[in-house]
Amino acid sequence: MNGAVFLAVYQRDLRLAWRRRTEALLPVAFFLVAASLFPLGVGPDPQVLKLIAPGVVWVCALLAAMLSMPPLYAADHADGSLEQLLLAPDAGLAVAAAKAAAHWTISGAPLVVAAPVLGLLLGLPAEELPVLFLSLSLGTPILSLLGGVGAALTLGLRSAGMLIVLIVLPLAIPALIFGAGAAAAVDAGQSPSPHLSLLGALLIACLVGAPPATAAALRIAVE
Amino acid sequence: MHAVNTSSAALATRSRLTWFTFASPANFYRLAGVLGPVCGVVAAAFAIAGLWMGLFVAPTDAVQGEVYRIIFIHVPAAWLSMVLYVALAFWAAMGWLLNARMAFAFARAIAPTGALFTVLALWTGSLWGRPTWGTWWVWDARLTSELILLFLYLGYMALVAAIDDTRRADKAGALLAIVGVVNVPVIYFSVVWWNTLHQSSSLTMGKEQHMATTMLVAMLLLTLACWAYAFAVVFLRARAIVLEREADSAWARALVSRD
Repeated sequence: MNGAVFLAVYQRDLRLAWRRRTEALLPVAFFLVAASLFPLGVGPDPQVLKLIAPGVVWVCALLAAMLSMPPLYAADHADGSLEQLLLAPDAGLAVAAAKAAAHWTISGAPLVVAAPVLGLLLGLPAEELPVLFLSLSLGTPILSLLGGVGAALTLGLRSAGMLIVLIVLPLAIPALIFGAGAAAAVDAGQSPSPHLSLLGALLIACLVGAPPATAAALRIAVE
Repeated sequence: MHAVNTSSAALATRSRLTWFTFASPANFYRLAGVLGPVCGVVAAAFAIAGLWMGLFVAPTDAVQGEVYRIIFIHVPAAWLSMVLYVALAFWAAMGWLLNARMAFAFARAIAPTGALFTVLALWTGSLWGRPTWGTWWVWDARLTSELILLFLYLGYMALVAAIDDTRRADKAGALLAIVGVVNVPVIYFSVVWWNTLHQSSSLTMGKEQHMATTMLVAMLLLTLACWAYAFAVVFLRARAIVLEREADSAWARALVSRD
């Protein structure tokens, strides 16, 4: 992998996000708003909310991550800079990895930080909050990596946003199961470590598999 | 099948039959024109025999009564739904590796049939579940993974349909199918684990008991019917795709203008 390209793209994306701070905060705002709708929808019963809290937080994080995916490559594709980037020697992998890393730093990390607050809001017991935090710390990079594949596949399409959701969500189901399951396991009096270990395994698999798939998808999109 | 023996180029290739003979769109078009209807007739024959066996010959199930007869269509549909996804990914991979246009067309042609069988499996399963389990749907591992399989088919078809450029649509769809098939075992085992963890439903599928031979034969016949149907429809759909894509080529023009 081309390290120089990786660093350049990563830093550039962070700088661009910093210059459009409001835009960068949209995913976490969506996350908070969407999760807050659940008590209004299912009723304020603390028992019910406590039960569904990990799942609600995870599903909302999943949607927030997917909805923030379309712009990842769109601007670079529209102004032609993506094609220029891909011209550098073995740059595809570096660009894919850097974009996923930048997406996680900008959109994923705020979700991880906001999740315990949401957990409190939904009445999650204190001992489950660190597990929720940990499961999202392992899980949101998976979402950024998988979403990168979706974003690259749907590059420049009219309905890219919906398509990313449709094609990536089925692939993200294992992450959802183990991520939300970790907190639920604590609730059931079990250890969350098997869930977290499997989530870690998924993360490693995605780290290895997703950037090459994204790079291949980018090559298809610009060729 | 009067399409045979029209172009001289086709005649030349007909003399030497190699692995790649039918990777040529013109040759494939003629082959599919023969094989499609043949498979259709075979499917109809097997379906009639299988339905007759299943509805009239096979005995009533001691536990479930008449409703068990849904499995004669449910089980083949569920098998086909899974096999066709693997077939889709296989042709996608072949298209990718060999850069063969026909392989991509085949992958595309398989997708709607696979999705149809997935819907059929889910639908018949739910029709069976209502009288047997007393509910249309349970979040059982098998049902859930079948539903996710449907989402994978829908994702593939939506992506391919959304990209106007044929070449890009083929390749992007192929990549998605390959990523999907790699993920299928992971999804399946995570769903199984999730299901055993949430022991909300302790329903058994009721298929453990010994099956009568006639039941098995009926199921086998209808499985063959579903296979033949899938081949027939995929051949005909691939044929239509090829004709549409090769609309500018000489053989396609000659074919259309003569008809």
